[in-house]
Amino acid sequence: MRTRSLIAVLAVLAVVALLVYGLASKGSSRIAVGEAAPDGPLPRLEAAGRESLADHRGQWVLVNFWASWCDPCKEEAPELEEFQQRHGGAGFTVLGIDTEDLSDDGRSFARKYELSYPQLHDGDGRYGDEYGTTGVPENFLVGPEGRVRWLTAGPISERSLGEVEALIKGRS
Amino acid sequence: MIRRAGEAIAVIGLALLLAAPAAGAAEPQTSLSEISAEVMCPVCGTLLELAESPQAQREKAFVQRLVDEGKSKGEIKDALVAEYGDEVLALPQDSGFSLSAYVVPIVAFVVAAGALAFGILRWRRASGPGPGEAAAASAGPSREDNERLDEDLGRYDL
Repeated sequence: MRTRSLIAVLAVLAVVALLVYGLASKGSSRIAVGEAAPDGPLPRLEAAGRESLADHRGQWVLVNFWASWCDPCKEEAPELEEFQQRHGGAGFTVLGIDTEDLSDDGRSFARKYELSYPQLHDGDGRYGDEYGTTGVPENFLVGPEGRVRWLTAGPISERSLGEVEALIKGRS
Repeated sequence: MIRRAGEAIAVIGLALLLAAPAAGAAEPQTSLSEISAEVMCPVCGTLLELAESPQAQREKAFVQRLVDEGKSKGEIKDALVAEYGDEVLALPQDSGFSLSAYVVPIVAFVVAAGALAFGILRWRRASGPGPGEAAAASAGPSREDNERLDEDLGRYDL
């Protein structure tokens, strides 16, 4: 009798644990400042091969999640390109992540806005899930040591680019 | 005779000329509506045929282009998986680990049915009287019981 009760309790606990796991794995929480940024790797959008955030270790990286079907992404793309032109180099780069998008559409977008910074393709959106993104665009500034130092959801603004600039120049 | 042969050759040549463009064009093997009913719009989280968002329109255009190129349903689904990953498939694939999506429910049903049948058998055995017990019950009280009953009744002056 005691064995039967134990089995019944274990079965109920297993079902509850399964439900809790299901709920926990569904809801992805956004990565926080100070946490290690997921590395990837992901396929390059405009070239063969794969690339990872880890390939940029030692550099500040502004990870920009975008998609060609996203209107705010169209607005911020020229600003990001201008920022890259001003600050890109050995110490900093923007890293575009074309997420949940067709690669042909992504390539057309990058050509249209003449984006010079590296672009990766996150077709199934899993890399974005690792950051806990809930949409596009979202931006994460990753420090040279690979930790998230700043983040913002929604299109990047002049003010937020100012914050990024202060961080990469060591003014804050 | 020669004239007739010439006419026949001209007719055949004309027929071949007319048939050439049709043969050159790819024959559609499937349709957008057929594919849309079996794949997801990953961003929308719904079947592609039910989705109307801009990203769904792009996905539909992508599928239509492959249909026009004469690609088969399997080839188009493979192309979609290459772009969006496995999540684009509304139904899990029937190979590899995805096969477990079909096998596990069947195995679980068989195990549950077996456990239920086993439980019912045990319950019936435990609750029903055995053959010996039934015979004893129908035989009535024993001689000792009758004597004890008589003694008990004798104590009362009825």
